[in-house]
Amino acid sequence: MRNPFARALTLTILTAVMLTGAAGSALACGGLVTPNGTINLLKTTTLAAYHEGIEHYVTSFEFAGEGQEVGSIIPLPGVPTDVIKGGDWTLQRLIIETQPQPEEGLFRAAGAAVASDSAEVLLEKKIDALDITVLKGGAVEVGNWAREHGYFLPPDAPEMLAFYADRSPIFLAARFNAERAANRGVQTGQGTPIHVVIPTPNPWVPLRILALGRKAAEVVQADVYLLTDRRPETLPQAESSKGFDPNQRGLIQEVSEPASATLLADLRSDRGMKWLPENGMWLTYIRINETAANLKHDLAIDASGYGRPNPVAAGYPTASGAAPWPIVWTVMAALVAVAFLMVVTDPAVRRQATRVFRR
Amino acid sequence: MKLRAAATAVALVLLIGAAAASRGAAARANDGTVRITIHYSKFEPAGLAVEPGETVRFVIVNTDPIDHEFILGDEEVQRVHEDGTEAHHAPRPGEVSVPAGETVVTTYTFPEASGELIFGCHLPGHYDFGMRGTVTVA
Repeated sequence: MRNPFARALTLTILTAVMLTGAAGSALACGGLVTPNGTINLLKTTTLAAYHEGIEHYVTSFEFAGEGQEVGSIIPLPGVPTDVIKGGDWTLQRLIIETQPQPEEGLFRAAGAAVASDSAEVLLEKKIDALDITVLKGGAVEVGNWAREHGYFLPPDAPEMLAFYADRSPIFLAARFNAERAANRGVQTGQGTPIHVVIPTPNPWVPLRILALGRKAAEVVQADVYLLTDRRPETLPQAESSKGFDPNQRGLIQEVSEPASATLLADLRSDRGMKWLPENGMWLTYIRINETAANLKHDLAIDASGYGRPNPVAAGYPTASGAAPWPIVWTVMAALVAVAFLMVVTDPAVRRQATRVFRR
Repeated sequence: MKLRAAATAVALVLLIGAAAASRGAAARANDGTVRITIHYSKFEPAGLAVEPGETVRFVIVNTDPIDHEFILGDEEVQRVHEDGTEAHHAPRPGEVSVPAGETVVTTYTFPEASGELIFGCHLPGHYDFGMRGTVTVA
């Protein structure tokens, strides 16, 4: 390349491309909303069961503190057909089935207490001390609704809501009214389970929302149970367990086995759980023990047997949903193409190439 | 040879276009107005340069569904607001609340001395979240 301009241009482009490539490599890589921060979510326990195209989402919130009200926002994969009070022992029975117990105890069933542009309201319901509202709307609409209804949204809420609304514009807002709880004799630390019935072809469990309002280094802990017709594949894939090691970080698969007949019988005997088959279900227990900074995705589930959990359901970017290419990158690509043209049209280069190919 | 000339011309046009685009992103109006957008609890742009004694009209656009504020001043001003307990206060030059989805304007005259000032939001958790930017006076 005898042309000094062309040589300089090509060198510049190659340097820029290498630098851009290096930068690219480096780049690759039920939120609680409280009015005053005096109530802290301790840990969530969730069952996401999937049978005959319907996700049964059962969750319970245990909390502690002295605030007047506390609320949660849970993104949902679809419009629920019903929200009912969760069974009294479903979540506890799953814990007993899967987690080491301090001593062999009897399973006690009933009474086993445990510690502007606004969105469209699809459903409202009161379940014990919880006020449940199912919303449909984009991030701004849902955020506006929450703000207008007295929810305090932390600074990461706008981005978090957008993360979910881009996939599914359905949210469930649940606010625990401390006064009603006091009237009902609900004790601090006690949970109220809810059961959401959601027809959906792509079941997923919202995980990233658990990091809402938390500092990057704060550890999010949650127990997620899956009951599916077949052994599921999940995305992200859970890590193998090191035997309930409390220091193991990440999404840890503690249990993956056929659900026992006794477990299914116990669960079926709980409120709202008759839909559960008597046998043939697979039980998976995934323990979440991850810093808020690293909890960036949800848990997509494929129990179809094809082993292809949907990346979109897990919140991974898609080709259409990916961030647009910065204009600089577009220009870089165009410049590379131009440089290539200049090189191949150089008579000296063509002569050299001809000699090489003749050999 | 014609092809090479055409390719060179295309390259020059692209370079000029890229330069114009990058300049446009940081452009400010000739009348001393600076537009700052709040998106996902971040200021965009998060860095500005002004001249000593310059008067700037800030137009702050909050695209978020949550309230924010724009507090401009030195570190002491930021500390006072971070430790303060006022949820809202009367607007002062360079200190305004920016309600969700709204646009507010504040005009501020920078000191004659060179230095660096900070603008930030001091609603609970916002400053720690990274909701801040800098103004270089030079």
